[in-house]
Amino acid sequence: MTTQTAPIRYSKDDFVSGQDVRWCPGCGDYAILSVMQKTLADLPIKREEHMFISGIGCSSRFPYYMNTYGFHTIHGRAPAIATGLKCVRPELTVWVVTGDGDGLSIGGNHLIHCLRRNVNLKIILVNNQIYGLTKGQYSPTSEKGKLTKSTPYGSIDYPINPLCIAIAAEATFIARTVDSDPRHMGQVLARAAQHRGVAFIEIYQNCIIFNKDCFQPIVGREFREDRALYLEDGKPLIFGKKRDKGIRMNGFKTEIVDLGDSGVDGKNLLMHSEHDASPNYAYLLTQMEYPEMPVPFGIFRCIEKPTYDEMLNDQVKFAVEKKGKGNLKDILYTEDVWTVGSNG
Amino acid sequence: MSVASQEKELESVTIRFAGDSGDGMQLTGDQFTDTSALMGNDIATLPDFPAEIRAPQGTLPGVSSFQIQFSKKEVFTAGDEPDVLVVMNPAALKVNLNDLQPGGLIVLNTDSFTEDNLKKAGWKSNPLEDSTLRDYSLVKVPFSSLTRNALAESKIKPSEIDRCKNFFALGLMFWMYGRSMDHTIKWIQEKFAKKPEIAEANLMALKAGYNYGDITEAAPSRFIVKKAVISPGTYRKITGNEATALGIIAVAQLTGKEVLYGSYPITPASNILHELSKRKNFNVKTFQAEDEIAACGAALGASFGGHIGMTATSGPGVCLKSEMINLAVMVELPLVILNIQRGGPSTGLPTKTEQSDLLQVMFGRNGDSPVAVVAASTPSDCFDLIIEAARLAIKYMTPVFFLSDGYLANGAEPWRLPRIEDLPKIKIEHPQYTGSPFLPYLRDEKTLARPWAVPGTPGLEHRIGGIEKADKTGGVSYDPDNHQRMTELRRDKIRRIADDIPLAKVFGEPKGKVLVLGWGGTYGTLYAAVSELQSEGKKVSSCHLTHLNPFPRNLGAVLKSFETILVPELNMGQLLFLIRAEFEGIHAVGYNRVKGQPFKIKEIKQAIQGLL
Repeated sequence: MTTQTAPIRYSKDDFVSGQDVRWCPGCGDYAILSVMQKTLADLPIKREEHMFISGIGCSSRFPYYMNTYGFHTIHGRAPAIATGLKCVRPELTVWVVTGDGDGLSIGGNHLIHCLRRNVNLKIILVNNQIYGLTKGQYSPTSEKGKLTKSTPYGSIDYPINPLCIAIAAEATFIARTVDSDPRHMGQVLARAAQHRGVAFIEIYQNCIIFNKDCFQPIVGREFREDRALYLEDGKPLIFGKKRDKGIRMNGFKTEIVDLGDSGVDGKNLLMHSEHDASPNYAYLLTQMEYPEMPVPFGIFRCIEKPTYDEMLNDQVKFAVEKKGKGNLKDILYTEDVWTVGSNG
Repeated sequence: MSVASQEKELESVTIRFAGDSGDGMQLTGDQFTDTSALMGNDIATLPDFPAEIRAPQGTLPGVSSFQIQFSKKEVFTAGDEPDVLVVMNPAALKVNLNDLQPGGLIVLNTDSFTEDNLKKAGWKSNPLEDSTLRDYSLVKVPFSSLTRNALAESKIKPSEIDRCKNFFALGLMFWMYGRSMDHTIKWIQEKFAKKPEIAEANLMALKAGYNYGDITEAAPSRFIVKKAVISPGTYRKITGNEATALGIIAVAQLTGKEVLYGSYPITPASNILHELSKRKNFNVKTFQAEDEIAACGAALGASFGGHIGMTATSGPGVCLKSEMINLAVMVELPLVILNIQRGGPSTGLPTKTEQSDLLQVMFGRNGDSPVAVVAASTPSDCFDLIIEAARLAIKYMTPVFFLSDGYLANGAEPWRLPRIEDLPKIKIEHPQYTGSPFLPYLRDEKTLARPWAVPGTPGLEHRIGGIEKADKTGGVSYDPDNHQRMTELRRDKIRRIADDIPLAKVFGEPKGKVLVLGWGGTYGTLYAAVSELQSEGKKVSSCHLTHLNPFPRNLGAVLKSFETILVPELNMGQLLFLIRAEFEGIHAVGYNRVKGQPFKIKEIKQAIQGLL
């Protein structure tokens, strides 16, 4: 159903639903919504074949604002519902929108299992390191020592890194982008849509009310070039305003190397590869954290593996080929039946 | 030898096979059941096994048993008290002796009555040597050593030889009750096709047991139980869970839809999952989820996708699924939740039967959240009721609970097979784009169901969710009047199902002194107790409910026609609570037991007689 002869021409407005958008003014979600609407307009997929499934939280209001099929479900469970939908409707493009609380706290279990099964879903995890909808408690991605209403003495939880979870579950597509860079976000979303398998995208998002500017030291305009590292497949890991710094291995760790005037030659820089079958390299990238290291953005990993929905339907096909299309009568009236005549 | 002189004809016999959980008692009972069914007896069975896979050998908690009543008359239960007890060890004797009929027959494995085993079972002295068993007839058979002798030439390991002794016992019982070995011989050959030496050993043990009966005078007599006179038709033996699985396949075939069966392993529901996962060519997909919540979520996702979501569990799993079921109530999608009840609360008694989740499924959700509830009465009834659950879920766009229980799930009976063309038709209509804006909550005037728009349909793009919906448009609404209206609509939709289900039927006089009101798996016992009393001239009627929410339209009138309603339940009074709340002015009393076992006919008769 997703294949068509003539390309469909959509504009961004075709993906705007009639519902009033009710995020706080200045919320990073507006940018994500806008980029999503724009990205879908450019994809060769019919509007009615996009599904948006979400859990609970600010970002989970997303489906209401998309003029597609949508299901705003319950806290943390969107991956489970989306998996069931994919089992019976593998031809649909199913997006899951979740947040750091929804996806990593209450719904952590479903997220892990959905990723490891490689269900062909596109999961957007909007990370703002805070609970917004419940008005400002710390989240599983909040930094240790975070002062919030529920942690007046500072949080004592160590934070979880969303991309590490995705890699541990061997997700086949793993990426990170940020609300303040729409162009980059659009590219990542388009790549995710094209990926055959589970796609996991962390989007750094600014909660203007409860965690304002938490990513500013990394992605603020004045810092971005020195503190963010944009990944490009097949190219060495280089960053810096003057593109004068690179990343190389030192034992089991990454380190920054000054390129000086002589360029990359002989520096033994890490070459970015999205397609490494082993998750080790991608994991290494997730360990690059501010302030010691530049923070990577882009596609950490993109590999091919049969999807859950594909394999499920292959098993059905195999069973039908081997045994024929099932007939109810045949399994009711088995060889173990006996007949009682009218004389008893 | 002249067998004829030693044959006695009996109307019904109840045998209980009991042994260690590694002794193969369930298998032995199953084989005896299959053969009895194929020979035309009416049958009912009661498997009873511990939750532990292998409790310490020879101990009381490790005892597993299987009871069967087979008869030339119609039977409704597996029998109150066994006539015959086949015991493989002293622990099995200890656990089961009290249930045996006075003067009953005990067939026991003398080899196992060692000092060590007697001690493990807590016998202070050997019951074979003291007066414990003086009121019973005994058939003492050294099953273990006779099996070893029979298999002296076999190449299999001694431990494997020892495991064949249940077939020796089965062979002896086949001989004693005039059963044919054919079915079991065929079963062994197929089951162990890849292990011919094991197949051969089991066959030899079976035949040795049979011949032992024939040539020795170990058994007091041979007993004949003739074919039952039952309605003409084609029959097969069926357990509740098997019937449930077949019913689910029927739903897929009757609707032309895929069924997505989401499940997380839990006793006693798991073997429905096993059965269905073999049937991928029947339009049924199974999904073993990471937990109960996801199992329910996946089923709901499938329903959102325009197919039929079903999820099965037992009470503890329903606790976890509650939030998802509530979402299904709010988004008004079809969903069938199977609760194969077991003893509770919490982990409770995983392998024992109880019907104590009725109030849970009625009320165990936040908000005013009505769902439809149906319950199966017998193993074969599970087939009809799961189809009924799906019919209601689809027609009324609602979650529907299907209640079964451990007793129905594992118990077997002969099933007069339905004709495929007589199965209910389930019609499904999905809306298409008409040019005007799609209203996902515009209801059918009669059923109050909302339209089931299938994702992928152009022009019907819409959003649903757990936040209160505006009437008709389905948009997010916090309007107070709208919430009142939507809450009433959800209530009324379930109430209207009452126009679409059969009226409650009374067995016996339509009015009088005592009505026995039951639901679920107690049907057989209650029916048998009431019909026995009726044939003794007692004025008692009964009524058994399959639809628990809503109740049949006439239930109030039925209940008000009797002075006293006796409500026997394997819980502490849950249906009793519901009818007292629903029908003012009735006089209802409970008879409540939670011992993990079905009622006995005898105790129900006593409870009724106390009210007459």
